[in-house]
Amino acid sequence: MGFPHQPHPKETVVLSQYFGDPDARTYKGWVKRGGYEALRNALATAPAAVVEQVKESGLRGRGGAGFPTGLKWSFMPKAKTRPHYVCVNADESEPGTFKDREIMRWTPHALLEGAAIAAHAIQAEVVVIYIRGEFTEPWAITEKALAEADAAGVFGTIKVYLHRGAGAYICGEETALMNSIEGKRGNPRIKPPFPAVAGLFGMPTTINNVETLAAVPHILNRGAAWYRGLSLSNPQSTGTKLFSVCGHVQRPGNYEVTLGFPLKDLLYDLCGGPLPGRTLKACIPGGSSVPILTREETEACLLDYEGVVASGSMLGSGGVIVFDDSTDMVYQIMRLARFYAHESCAQCTQCREGTAWTTKILERILAGQGKTEDLDLLLDLSENMTGKTICVLSDSCAAPIVSGIKKFRGEFDAYLAGARSPVPVG
Amino acid sequence: MSVTEDTQPVFTGAVLEALQAVLGRYPTKQAALLPALWLAQRERGWISDRVMAEVAEVLGLTPAYVKGVVTFYTMYHQHPVGKHFVQVCTTSPCNICGAEGVLKALLEQTGARDAGATSPDGNWTVIEVECLGACGFATPVLVNDDFIESVTVEKVPALVRKYR
Repeated sequence: MGFPHQPHPKETVVLSQYFGDPDARTYKGWVKRGGYEALRNALATAPAAVVEQVKESGLRGRGGAGFPTGLKWSFMPKAKTRPHYVCVNADESEPGTFKDREIMRWTPHALLEGAAIAAHAIQAEVVVIYIRGEFTEPWAITEKALAEADAAGVFGTIKVYLHRGAGAYICGEETALMNSIEGKRGNPRIKPPFPAVAGLFGMPTTINNVETLAAVPHILNRGAAWYRGLSLSNPQSTGTKLFSVCGHVQRPGNYEVTLGFPLKDLLYDLCGGPLPGRTLKACIPGGSSVPILTREETEACLLDYEGVVASGSMLGSGGVIVFDDSTDMVYQIMRLARFYAHESCAQCTQCREGTAWTTKILERILAGQGKTEDLDLLLDLSENMTGKTICVLSDSCAAPIVSGIKKFRGEFDAYLAGARSPVPVG
Repeated sequence: MSVTEDTQPVFTGAVLEALQAVLGRYPTKQAALLPALWLAQRERGWISDRVMAEVAEVLGLTPAYVKGVVTFYTMYHQHPVGKHFVQVCTTSPCNICGAEGVLKALLEQTGARDAGATSPDGNWTVIEVECLGACGFATPVLVNDDFIESVTVEKVPALVRKYR
């Protein structure tokens, strides 16, 4: 449903059915709604058969990369010689994204159930749910739900723990998250080895996003074929997805639609369109790390993994940021670059220096002190920040800069030509 | 603001028990570092060099290592902060919805004046933070552990009154 708004008839409500309903947060309330049946059945099924069902469903990772979930699970060693771990990525920090927060706030048992099913499927004895430190409310609600489920004994021999982050966007990167749990600075690790070979504490580990795991009980209850059938545009993108819409729309919030849904309908019908008297100027469809779309690109974009790529961006986390005609794109691109400069873990030179210098150059353009060669310099720096580092944080900083200069060059030129009043940057 | 630091150990009694529960979960003591720092901050309000040394001692790490971790994460306070610690998101999605105005109003009305500074009465520290993960509820503001959604400039006076 369009939380915090009324459900819209064009939504396909699966994950968000109980958003806003406090009774669904309790163990009893969850069981009353059919909760933990999928886990009970899964525990009585061979792990490989559970993996097969998830593979069949076509479910792909909802955290940003879109990797097929069942395939990821199948990478884990079949022969059990060492401890296995499930890590749950609840470090939701991608600007524009606030869906996992809602899942944890309203249906914490959906996450716990999905995580325990994953643990059974990959033969893990421990699940660690890593929740960002700022999510005080989702933490308290999930902690209470976990205590109730534990007391009811639903997890069998599987242990589930919550682990609190402490303020670091980079810990949403899977190997940085594992380092953080291990009590280290959140620096991403060089891959390979991938987590299925050497993850948490060097042991075989599967890491999944909150929304991905919350979908798993539904797949087991209603069947892989049902989930596979939820697809509007192409068979590679199946199921429903929560889209977090924010910025300049009348009804920002989380909306659940079948993959392949038109972005235009999401923004104009479900979210009520631009604010009164305003028009849509630009949109970032998958969290701040993906390229910016123009109005024309936005209105032609289909929301599935391949569709958004065809429009020139990426589906990412499904965090949709909407900018109307009142927006100073140069200022907002500077804010995004500043975000990445603040969040860089600083191990790779291209990222540490690149995020800081692109921010400084954007600030000087805004201050009316830009030079004509600055745009080429920004593009050159961005080139050196793409595909050259341990993780993709610096690529993510480059994405809005490169797409912003390409698509909104006139706004940059206006500052450079002194045609626009300088903006104080604090 | 002058500070008298509590020099008694943090990890005694119930705090030590809470840490031991965490230690029981993981194969290394080091994995209890973030939880240990959270426990210490909850007790003392911030993480002093003395507390870092104690955490290091308890977990078998060096103080320098602990400091390296503390300084990586933004939520551990390396200095005392006001009674009400206020975090205001000003990243792009909130920025276009007026977050910078909310920050300015909070700085003025709490008397903290500058981001990161503490008000002369010791009650308020207001800082600007990057994305709080509630972009559809612009502008989110964290006051200690209270996560407040949809704060606007107009709502700031009532918010300040509530905590004053």
